[in-house]
Amino acid sequence: MTPALRETLATALTLLGFAVLGAGLLSGTYTLTRPIIERSEQAEKMAKLAQTLPAGSFDNDLIADAVTLPATPRLGLKRPGRAYVARKQGVAVGVVLEAVAPDGYAGEIRLLVGILADGRISGVRVTKHNETPGLGDYIDHSRGDWIHQFAGKSLSQPTPDGWRVKKDGGAFDYLVGATISPRAVIKATRQALEYFAEHRAELLAPAPAAAATGQEKRT
Amino acid sequence: MSTHEGTLAPAAPTGGLWSRETRDIVVNGLWTQNPGIVQLLGLCPLLAISNTVVNSLSLGLATTLVMATASGSVALVRNFIPHEIRIPAFVLIIAALVTVVQLAMNAWVHPLYLVLGVFIPLITTNCIVLARVEAFASKRSTAHSILDATMMGLGLTAVLVVLGAMREAVGKGTLLSGIDLVLGPSAAHWVIPLTPGDYGGFLIAVLPPGAFIGLGLLIALRNVIQARGA
Repeated sequence: MTPALRETLATALTLLGFAVLGAGLLSGTYTLTRPIIERSEQAEKMAKLAQTLPAGSFDNDLIADAVTLPATPRLGLKRPGRAYVARKQGVAVGVVLEAVAPDGYAGEIRLLVGILADGRISGVRVTKHNETPGLGDYIDHSRGDWIHQFAGKSLSQPTPDGWRVKKDGGAFDYLVGATISPRAVIKATRQALEYFAEHRAELLAPAPAAAATGQEKRT
Repeated sequence: MSTHEGTLAPAAPTGGLWSRETRDIVVNGLWTQNPGIVQLLGLCPLLAISNTVVNSLSLGLATTLVMATASGSVALVRNFIPHEIRIPAFVLIIAALVTVVQLAMNAWVHPLYLVLGVFIPLITTNCIVLARVEAFASKRSTAHSILDATMMGLGLTAVLVVLGAMREAVGKGTLLSGIDLVLGPSAAHWVIPLTPGDYGGFLIAVLPPGAFIGLGLLIALRNVIQARGA
């Protein structure tokens, strides 16, 4: 083995040593933190979901009982999304649909739309958006009450013409200077209602594993 | 700074913690070579996130933590790293430490992790971390390297907090908004409103241009102070 080759090998092995050490450190930290991270992510998702449904209206594990929605332009979904079916004592009382408003001022606005079995909205929440801070971001629950006005609305109340901001002759408030963001949310929410109306029977179908839900209640 | 290696070597064992060299490191990091307003290193993630005091302080401290651990680790193993591969080895160490910090923040300060988001992994690419490792930690003792990195990090954090305060005060009319994300909902009333009623906000201060204008003002201010002092 020539000296040059030996030196190259030694250098490469040193770097390999550091890589192995780094990987070991990372896998250790990952193993240590993963259960905590998973728990807080679940809790956070659960809290968002629960906000879109009336308190105490369901008793199942929404995340465990989620069904997969196919990618559909109706909900703005380019990839399969999820529908979280809310049940009380095994009876479906409503569903939370994942929906995307593709036409926000700065890209997609991701939504959770909670719809009760009778077709009324129980609540809408924005889960992700890039709207201008201080201008269009009032659609976010943490920035204002605007999103609350969807509660109780349905496809017939207001009428189809009413599913617009007041500036466009509709029934929904908006803040002057930022109408693109609310327009996008209103449109996506109405389409989620239409999707629900078309697929109501399958979304609210009895749980296939009713026994499993019963067991969870005991824990 | 004009520290002479020759005079320092004998002074180090007897000089105690507060030796001339220690003081130089502290002053360098916080003022003379401040990374934020003198070296202007690693500004992109930091300018982006400095729109509130809370964000600035959080990312500043996270960066300081990464810098201190990275410089300390590199100084510990500096004699085992062949000169030719030092940069890849440094980057490897920094990237691993940043990921550890990211996982730890995700686990134990989850709301803050959500606010800082992509800017935590971006600490890896922050030039100031690599700069201190390469310029200082690869040549000096472990204790001094950790001190240097901590002081540089705190110097950067201080600039960020001042910048964050300027941007938040002008842009939103508040200070400490978002503190409840760090300390829990009970801290929500810590937010200090600076303006009465509905201050519409001066949006450009919160948007990226505000960061550059603010930083420019801070650099100018430092230069004025420096010129007066000289």
